Amino acid sequence: MSLIYGLLTGILFGILLQKAEVVRFDKQVGALRLIDMTIFKFMLSAIAVGAIGVYLFKDLGFIKLSIKGTSIGAQVLGGTLFGIGWAVLGYCPGTAGGALGEGRIDAIWGILGMLFGGGLYALAYPFFKANVISIGKFGKITLPQILGINHWIIIVLFVALIIFMFRFFEKKGL
Amino acid sequence: MKRKTWNPYIAGALTGLLLVLSVLIAGKFLGASTTFARGAAVIEKTVGIDTSKFEYFTTKKGKYGPGSLPNWQLLFIVGIIVGSFISASFSKTFEIVKVPPTWAERFGDSPVKRGVAAFLGGAIALFGVRLAGGCPSGHGLSGLSQLAVSGFIALSFFFLAGLITARVIYKK
Repeated sequence: MSLIYGLLTGILFGILLQKAEVVRFDKQVGALRLIDMTIFKFMLSAIAVGAIGVYLFKDLGFIKLSIKGTSIGAQVLGGTLFGIGWAVLGYCPGTAGGALGEGRIDAIWGILGMLFGGGLYALAYPFFKANVISIGKFGKITLPQILGINHWIIIVLFVALIIFMFRFFEKKGL
Repeated sequence: MKRKTWNPYIAGALTGLLLVLSVLIAGKFLGASTTFARGAAVIEKTVGIDTSKFEYFTTKKGKYGPGSLPNWQLLFIVGIIVGSFISASFSKTFEIVKVPPTWAERFGDSPVKRGVAAFLGGAIALFGVRLAGGCPSGHGLSGLSQLAVSGFIALSFFFLAGLITARVIYKK
C-alpha cells in the first residue's frame, strides 16, 4: 500500500511541478540568477500551507513530526556542495525526474551523475561522519523549541514574511 | 490540465496541501534524494560489489542499503516522471530538448558538453545533499513546513552557494 501511495503522491507532485514549470532548467537557474522567482513562489507557497497544515494536524494528534537532525557541519558543507552542483545541473533530485518526464533528456545525465554521487558519498561516509557531521550536532530541533516560543506565533510571523516577499516580487515584476 | 502553465502560487499551495495529505494518509513527508544513494547501492550489488562493506549501506538497520528498495520514495520519484509526462502531454508542452536554452546561450548547443556538466553537477549535488541529510524537497518543503532548524540551515546554504555559482557561471 505504501508503494501505491508513493506512486500516487509522485504523480500529483509531478503534475504540479510541470504545470508551474518548476521542472524547467531555465526556471531553476533563473531563480539562482534572481531573474525569475517562479521557484521561490512555488516553494514558499507550499511551505506556508504545509506549515499551517502540519502543525494543525499535529496539535490535533493526527500526525507526528519527522525532524531531520541538525548538524551545522553537515548542513553547511553539504548544503554548499549541493548549491554548487545544483547551479551546474539545473535540476534537483525531485525535479530531475520531472524534467525527464517532459522530454528534457539532459536530465538523464544528471540522474546518472546523482547515482554516482550517491555511491561516492557511501564510500566517503566514515570520514564525514567522524570529521564533519560531528560538528555542531544538536539533534532533532525546531525553531519554536530553541526560541521557546509557541509554534503558532512563529508560523504567523513566518507566513507574514512569505507574503511580504510575494508582494515584493509582484511589485518588482519578478 | 490542458493549460500550459498554472500560477506558481496556486500550484505551490496545492503542493503544500499534498504534503499535508501525504503525512495524514500515508505518514510520509516528501523527499527525494535518499533514493539516489539507495539506487547506487542496488547497482553496486548488481555488479557484484559487497555493499555490506560500506558503513553507510548498513547503518540504521540498512536504511540506505540495497534491501531498502523498492519503497515509498522510489515510487514517489517514478510518479514524478509519470505525472510530469501526463501533464506535459495534456498541454502539449512535451518536447525532446537535449540542451536547455539558457545553457545553450552560454555554452553552445553541444549535447556532449551539456551531458558531461550535468553528470558532474549531479554527482556533486547528490554528494552534498546526502551529507546535508536532505534536498529541496526533504529539507526545503518538509523541513521548513515543520520549522526544523536543519531545514533552515540547509536551504540557506543551498541557495547561497547556488546564487554564487550561478553568478560565476553566467557572469550575471
